[in-house]
Amino acid sequence: MRKKSLDMVYELAKKDERIFFIGSDLGVGTLDNFRTEMPDRFFMEGVSEGNIVGMAAGLALEGKIVYVNTIATFLTRRCFEQVVIDLGLHNVNVRLIANGGGVVYAPLGPTHLAIDDIAIMRTVPNMTIVAPCDADEMARLMPQTVDHKGPIYIRLGKGGDPIVSTDAAPFRIGRAIPMVTGDDVLLVTTGVTLKLALEAAAALKTQGIGATVLHMPTVKPLDAESFLTHARRADAIVSIEEHSIVGGLGGALAEVIAEAGFEPARRFKRIGIPDVFPHGYGSQATMMAHYDITAERTLAVVRELLALRPARTN
Amino acid sequence: MNDQMTIRLDERSKALRRTIIRTLEAGQRGHVGAALSLVEILRVLYDDVLKYDPRDPRWSGRDRFVLSKGHGCLALYALLADKGFIAEAELSKFCRSDGLLGGHPEHHIPGVEASTGSLGHGMSIALGFALNARYERAAYRTFVVIGDGESNEGSIWEAALSAGKHRLGNFVVLTDYNKHQSYGATADVQDLEPLVDKWRAFGFAALEVNGHDVAALRGVLTRVPLDPSKPTAIICHTVKGKGIAFAENNMAWHHMNKVTAQDAERLLAALEAR
Repeated sequence: MRKKSLDMVYELAKKDERIFFIGSDLGVGTLDNFRTEMPDRFFMEGVSEGNIVGMAAGLALEGKIVYVNTIATFLTRRCFEQVVIDLGLHNVNVRLIANGGGVVYAPLGPTHLAIDDIAIMRTVPNMTIVAPCDADEMARLMPQTVDHKGPIYIRLGKGGDPIVSTDAAPFRIGRAIPMVTGDDVLLVTTGVTLKLALEAAAALKTQGIGATVLHMPTVKPLDAESFLTHARRADAIVSIEEHSIVGGLGGALAEVIAEAGFEPARRFKRIGIPDVFPHGYGSQATMMAHYDITAERTLAVVRELLALRPARTN
Repeated sequence: MNDQMTIRLDERSKALRRTIIRTLEAGQRGHVGAALSLVEILRVLYDDVLKYDPRDPRWSGRDRFVLSKGHGCLALYALLADKGFIAEAELSKFCRSDGLLGGHPEHHIPGVEASTGSLGHGMSIALGFALNARYERAAYRTFVVIGDGESNEGSIWEAALSAGKHRLGNFVVLTDYNKHQSYGATADVQDLEPLVDKWRAFGFAALEVNGHDVAALRGVLTRVPLDPSKPTAIICHTVKGKGIAFAENNMAWHHMNKVTAQDAERLLAALEAR
């Protein structure tokens, strides 16, 4: 997904002279083709995220479309004020490509775990947040980032993520994608947890439980209309994300559900990282398993919620 | 070099200060000390250095100017009104709910390139403007004014590293070095010295000037870049509250609230006595 994203920055830049790239201190060889073929639009500015984001804003105010890339935690926490003021307030066309969304960097410890990036970015007016689930979806997203108005936060997965997206439905920034449909439960995902939800839905089907999987690659602006349409049909709703349960996709859905006034109330549960600094190392997979972000846990949660469902009146 | 404390202000410098005081009075508040130290820097920039067209504030050939120390905006607004970017009437609505002008400059104001106020942002944004000019082979230059308190911010020095690396001859950073920040003297709060040496060490061609000496400022600013292969840093030695004897170097006048008509008259009288 990361490779696809950066490869596409290069491809898009070849066709569009408005496109600039700024990295911090990325791995040696990153986007060498861009650097050698379009050196006057390629910048590697060192470990200085605040300056990079401000510089990107300045270029964007001059009409450029600036793709900025570094590790997710450093693009969200370190330079948050530049993101808010320089990008959000000015509503400029800067695209933040964030490596290692979630617990991708599990072996590197808590300083590198972007478990709060979606929550942080959700607070910024004008910011669009997208978390594709695989490289194919990234390929569908990237061309749409060129002429999109305002800043975009693009959350990358680990790379080599299994392909689970399809082109059955057109990809549009801001639109949720129903992947499978069923009437009992609604599973909502963003990013790579789509795969878990699809596995859970398949298992539920064998148990006679119909699940809709609504994939929300765009967390902001949230496609509340699509979500509510599917939520009305379901007895229970479960969000599954590789993110803190505070303020991410689950938090966004909780806000929508709370204000929707469902009668009877829909049972809802967030699956994600609890409100802790993740402890220990391992891999992305072991970290997710440790915090029960799994298809198995999703099945268990669905069964718990459906056991509580009241008789339907609407 | 004339001493910045003793130099006399001419009628234009006094007139701009009168505008600042009237604007302060209208809003009943403002960073008056930080604006008064800036007047001659902005005056020379707008009178003698910057290329712009007030009838077409977004004219592509304009020189870019960013007031990174956005709290000095009372001085900027005085110049923007003087040059016709904004209506004089807007000054009398300073900080009002129906006004265009608030306590920090915003990019929707004609003549303002970027919203500033939170310190340490404007220089990086301005650096983006300068890099764009280089890419486009555009003739415009980029000027940014930063504060001395603002120079405590790490992002200023990140931007300085970048500008030095890129050898941006079209980029000019002016420091309004009034030696005072909100809490006290910069020498006590966070000493910047040796300041000119720091800028040189970051790859800038740098010099110092009396920031209230119009002729000296004009002499320097009309011959930038000092070195075409480097960005320029100009340390402008100034006096916080310049022109109002009781406000000069007086921390109480960094920001004033509840400014009354009587206060304004007292300021105006002191200005004339100077």
